[in-house]
Amino acid sequence: MNKRITAWLQAAPIAAVLLAFLVAPIIMIVIVSFWGATEYSIYPAFIFDNYEFLFSSPVTYTVFFNTFKYAAITWALTLVIGFTVAYFLAFEVRTLKWQIALFLLCTIPFWTSNIIRMISWIPFLGRNGLANSTLISWGVIDEPLEWLLFSDFSVILAFVHLYTLFMVVPIFNSMMRIDRSLIEAARDGGASGLQTLRHVIIPLCKPGIMIGTIFVTTLVMGDFITVRFMSGSQRANVGRLISNDISLLQYPSASATAVVLLITVLIVIGLLLRLVDIRKEL
Amino acid sequence: MTTISKIRYSRRALLKTGGAALAASALPAPMVWGQETKNITLRQFGTGVSNLNEVATKVKEDLGITLEMTALDTDSVTQRAATQPDSFDIADIEYFVAKKVWPTGNLQAMDATKITNYDKIVGTFRSGKLTPESTIAQGTAPHTVGFVEGPDGTSFVDNESGWMTLIPTIYNADTLGIRPDLIDRPIESWTELLNPEFKGKASILDISSIGIMDMAMVCEAMGEIQYGDKGNMTREEIDKTFAIFTEAKKNGQFRAFWKTFDESVNLMASGEVVIQSMWSPAITAVRSRGIPCVYQPLKEGYRSWGGGIGLSASLSGMELDAAYEYINWYLSGWVGGFLMRQGYYSAVPETSKNFMSENEWGYWFEGKESTDVITSPFGDKLAGAGEVRDGGSFYDRMGAVACWNSVMQENQYMVRKWNEFIAA
Repeated sequence: MNKRITAWLQAAPIAAVLLAFLVAPIIMIVIVSFWGATEYSIYPAFIFDNYEFLFSSPVTYTVFFNTFKYAAITWALTLVIGFTVAYFLAFEVRTLKWQIALFLLCTIPFWTSNIIRMISWIPFLGRNGLANSTLISWGVIDEPLEWLLFSDFSVILAFVHLYTLFMVVPIFNSMMRIDRSLIEAARDGGASGLQTLRHVIIPLCKPGIMIGTIFVTTLVMGDFITVRFMSGSQRANVGRLISNDISLLQYPSASATAVVLLITVLIVIGLLLRLVDIRKEL
Repeated sequence: MTTISKIRYSRRALLKTGGAALAASALPAPMVWGQETKNITLRQFGTGVSNLNEVATKVKEDLGITLEMTALDTDSVTQRAATQPDSFDIADIEYFVAKKVWPTGNLQAMDATKITNYDKIVGTFRSGKLTPESTIAQGTAPHTVGFVEGPDGTSFVDNESGWMTLIPTIYNADTLGIRPDLIDRPIESWTELLNPEFKGKASILDISSIGIMDMAMVCEAMGEIQYGDKGNMTREEIDKTFAIFTEAKKNGQFRAFWKTFDESVNLMASGEVVIQSMWSPAITAVRSRGIPCVYQPLKEGYRSWGGGIGLSASLSGMELDAAYEYINWYLSGWVGGFLMRQGYYSAVPETSKNFMSENEWGYWFEGKESTDVITSPFGDKLAGAGEVRDGGSFYDRMGAVACWNSVMQENQYMVRKWNEFIAA
């Protein structure tokens, strides 16, 4: 009995914090999503207008499709790059000192703000930017490439640049835990490098990959500022839909979109967790 | 200890207020620039165009009032005025925003008799007519939301009732900005924004309430749509307008849309865009980098906007007096001169004249050829001697306004359409 009370007490602070700063706001958002709005105010009600409009508008589907598209492409690219970088750090670099040094090197871009890292692409990719003028001076192209900036390409480029580290870190962490004797055993057993990778390393990295995947997909699906800046406001994802509504004081409609987005993201994470039992693997 | 000092403070404050009240009742008429307002802080917010630190510094110097400024974008300004009434004392908002904000009761009406230069305020903000012969443009013309029926008035009236919602501070006539070095021919009409010649090199602003007006100017100039009132469109008109622009967007007409002032400057200066909706100081900013940029007058006229300052409903007592003092100071000329030298207009131009050189007044207000170099208040060279302002004089420009920024009855519908347009 006493023990149980202690356990409850120990769990209480975090429970209180989560309740106050996570659960309560979400409940509030859900409640407001059923409210009504005028030009300048919102009023309590229990109406389904916001959801009705959301599901009846073709824009919603395009925008959700775009959100998934950005998430999927960014995920694939960050996974390949992140895995390669982590593999190099974990297996090719021999000494711990160099591993730490190179790992810190990866984090250097994170010393500046997210927005600055993103915006610095704009002069680089512009019509008269560095990329275009270099390619023209090399004679590779005659006309500046218009699709470099303010396009899906630039949006995804920025996402990959911003979020690859979130893939590197958990995968690197998983790789460092792999018992090296397993790899030796694979080699002794006659496995080629590729076979070792496929049958030993990748399965043992699954939790890392899964954590990285959750980071990247949730970050990309919740983003709005990268899409706005890198597409020159020409593309939209769900985050932008919400931010547009908020800036126009349409809080109930923004809440409804947020609720749908939240549910979508939770389903995605649920599916991912089906694939790998992170708790068990850790 | 803390309680004691608090009590002391409040007693002192009480004495001071009492003293000030005594002084005020003993010496009524001539307003002495504030001894009693020395320690007052007023919190003002607004868009970047007029929330300038120079104004705060100068008002501290002249009146002793501390002005805390917050600069936000147009949408955030509306949001704050409507939803956070306790976060400000003075709201520097646009007239069309007043239509949204006034019904929330967050602002209080101002007594025009306390405004020293009221009679000198430009006609546009009082009767609606710039000159007695002017016709009133479409949209939310400032005088239509400038007055309410009394101190607690909730609805706008169409006469000079003596109770003002906002004191006009700054306004201008907007048009398209172009890069004359990259467009080798004259541009005369709003239709050029959708001219396929500028495919991938055009832009409009992503602020729905203003963007829709630019769109309307274009569609009307193309002869595609005849609007009853561009400032108050029907659903059908909104649908048609967006259909035209969505098609243009899908054909790759636009390079990007911009939301903030600096985005518009960068798009133009970098050559990403050669023709776009723009604000006057953005043209100035591009030019001060040595890049040619023209605020092109167009034959269909200008889209105009006006800003003003409103008082928070919670202002009272000494703070309220200080706010009136600040407003009177604002209209007394220095700020006007400061703003006019950037290309805006002051609500009381004649007081600003004293704060501008003859050359500056001639160039900015009268549309005369400059006799010497024109520099901005920040020291950047804007024009050489012998140049003329784009669009000419104050009366040429403000007299050719075709519509005012506005909030329409179908605003919610329009906003949803705007979202669709952005996502299309």
